Amino acid sequence: MIELVSLTKRYGEFVAVDALSLSVPEGRITGLLGPNGAGKTTTLRMIAGILEPDSGEVRIGGLDMAREPLATRSMLGFVPDRPFVYEKLTGGELLRFTAGLHGMSGSVVETRIDELLELWDLVSWKDQLVESYSHGMRQKLILSSALVHAPRVLVIDEPMVGLDPRSARILKDLLREFADRGGTVLVSTHTLELAEVLCDQMAIIDHGQIAVAGTMADLRRAAESSEAGLEQLFLRITRGATDLRIASLLDALG
Amino acid sequence: MSVVSEYRLLLRPKWLAAWRRASSARSRLGRIVLLGALGAAAWPVVYLTLVRFLAALRQVEDIGPLLASRLLALGLLIFFGLLLLSNVIGALSGFFLARDLPALRATPVDGLSIYLARLTETLVSSSWMVLLILIPVLAAYARVFDAGVVFLPISLGALIPFLLIPAALGSAFTLLLVRVFPARRSRDILLVAGLGGIAVLVLVLRVLRPERLVNPESYRNLVEFLESLRGPSSPWLPSQWTADALVGGLEGGSDFLTWLLLWSTAAGLTTLGAALHGRLYPTCFTRAQEGDEQRVRRSGGTALLERLLSRLAVRRRELVLKDIRTFFRDTTQWSQLIILAVLVVVYVYNMSALPLNAGTTISRYLTTLVLFLNLALTGFVVAAIAGRFVFPAFSLEGRTLWLLRSSPVEAGEVLKSKFWTGLLPLGFLALILTVLTNLVLDVPPVLFGLSIVSIVLITASFTAQALAWGVYFPVFESENAAQIPTSIGGLLYMLGALASLGLVVLCQGWALRDYFISGLPGRAPRSVAISEAVVALALTFGLTMIGVFGSLWAAEARIESRRSG
Repeated sequence: MIELVSLTKRYGEFVAVDALSLSVPEGRITGLLGPNGAGKTTTLRMIAGILEPDSGEVRIGGLDMAREPLATRSMLGFVPDRPFVYEKLTGGELLRFTAGLHGMSGSVVETRIDELLELWDLVSWKDQLVESYSHGMRQKLILSSALVHAPRVLVIDEPMVGLDPRSARILKDLLREFADRGGTVLVSTHTLELAEVLCDQMAIIDHGQIAVAGTMADLRRAAESSEAGLEQLFLRITRGATDLRIASLLDALG
Repeated sequence: MSVVSEYRLLLRPKWLAAWRRASSARSRLGRIVLLGALGAAAWPVVYLTLVRFLAALRQVEDIGPLLASRLLALGLLIFFGLLLLSNVIGALSGFFLARDLPALRATPVDGLSIYLARLTETLVSSSWMVLLILIPVLAAYARVFDAGVVFLPISLGALIPFLLIPAALGSAFTLLLVRVFPARRSRDILLVAGLGGIAVLVLVLRVLRPERLVNPESYRNLVEFLESLRGPSSPWLPSQWTADALVGGLEGGSDFLTWLLLWSTAAGLTTLGAALHGRLYPTCFTRAQEGDEQRVRRSGGTALLERLLSRLAVRRRELVLKDIRTFFRDTTQWSQLIILAVLVVVYVYNMSALPLNAGTTISRYLTTLVLFLNLALTGFVVAAIAGRFVFPAFSLEGRTLWLLRSSPVEAGEVLKSKFWTGLLPLGFLALILTVLTNLVLDVPPVLFGLSIVSIVLITASFTAQALAWGVYFPVFESENAAQIPTSIGGLLYMLGALASLGLVVLCQGWALRDYFISGLPGRAPRSVAISEAVVALALTFGLTMIGVFGSLWAAEARIESRRSG
């Protein structure tokens, strides 16, 4: 459903994403993992159409994003890593606005707004300005705005930020159901436990390139470790074992 | 760590951020253009005009120097009021709403250091513009009254406490205010009250007609004139002490008591502010984290607006609705409409007060000239208002731009929505101004029609230009929409808009030149020929459409290029 072909993005001299290629299939949840600064957010922002790649292609549903930006974006629901939205709109108005950007209005949208707000326990907050929402409530509102136009693809940067355990559970069930019904989900996360439980397949990105991609079994094969959990695999693949450095740092701090 | 070290450490990130903003490539280019334009135009104009004016005043025996000192006191009084309001609003942001405060409060930094650092920030951000205006004003005074180089340290010595007093007073007042109201509500109340206050002040000044101060003949006798010179100033106000200290410096002698009053008040208020801060800040900061009732109820106005816009395509309707809602729910935005209403009243009043239509040849010619200049003046007012309300439109999207960019909406659609939401109220205002002043001036029908179409076209051009400059020079990090137009981009927009207005006025003047000449003494007066009006209109249409489509095209290209940035 999502095809990334030799995607490259530079910020001045710094290469954030370096000839990255990845295939995200329909009906599955794919996790994008990687250390800080590896290029996850930049990759997701290119998929969402917020940033243009310097070279390479983003294809969604078989359409080239550069040639048909509106058609590809209309298939997407995007959730950024930081929940910034219009502070002076109410929750209900924000969801109506997002649906409107996708050319949708009327009773179908109103019903969907009510259903989404009910799902997140936000019904009583529908007519409150967003500026009075807590961090977690904003995250739930943005998740709703990504779903309100019934997208075929969900791209989520750090889905669990600020969510309480109950909401986190709802989101996990929601994403699973969405994928089971044929939707495509691409999530970026640092929470490896979440990725291990939620994702059907994973891609580990390091220094702007895909280090390894596939199911847990594929990752284990790549790391030549048949028993290891995702955390050990991740550290081995990204060369991040730091036990020794932590010990010496704590010694130095006294 | 000592308080001084902590104070310097706390200010360091601000200096660094300001320095890096100033030294980034685009800012450097903008700064050069801006400073060049300011250096070439604003300061010398203010300086030379004041020098001529003050030199003429000085020649009026006895009364002249007194008049000059009274004018300085009046100017400083107005500045003092503005500084007080601006410091109160600045202190709300700096002491209670800034994003770095929670992290700062969690560190073991002395409360006094935080107070002094935030006071300095508030003072600088609230006072820099007043200081910039005062430089040519004081230089002109020094020149006319032969004060010499020694006036420089005297000015500095008087201005430091003059700026510090409203900063300390404003910060302390803010602290007490937040103790009563939550911070967000306090800012709203203050903005509306403050702007209402300024509006009343402008109206009172206008009705008092201060220009009569320089025209003693308009008074019945000398006693009445001298009485009026006392003006609204008071010996209890720091602005009066500052004026006295400065005038003392100009005349070569200073009153020790004046200086003592100035500096001891500044020091006393700062100390008092620090004590209040130490005692109340922790409680007030906690209160500032509380919000007020934010529920929005559906009103009749909302329903009417939605019905009016129901014929628009869904995307455009939602974009327009969002822009209107966010505008009217942001007090920093709509409250300035109070000032606009006052501006309209003052403008029309000024036109009606002009001594025209007295029936003489000269007055007929002047009337023609004034109704032509009316276009330029209305254009200027509209340019300034577009700068205030349309220029920030793109910046205000700021951190929420991701939502528009990841949606199936073209940049052109977003721009068109912002263009029309800006043009309709601005065009309405421009039409009211033009029609009212035309009626007051009794303008003949052809010129009436020409001026109405012209001002609508000019307004469209300014709206597009303001939008485009706002896209090229966005200020995403501002917490206050009213501060965005004071950025370099805002000033560049004003220069560009005024240049384009000058071009339109020149072209219309060229097209109507024969008509103007016919109004001169000794010529046979005649009406405007339709052909002349058509040429003037065609030129205006051409120039303004270049402004509209050129600006919108450039803005769209810029938004698209930001995706690859």
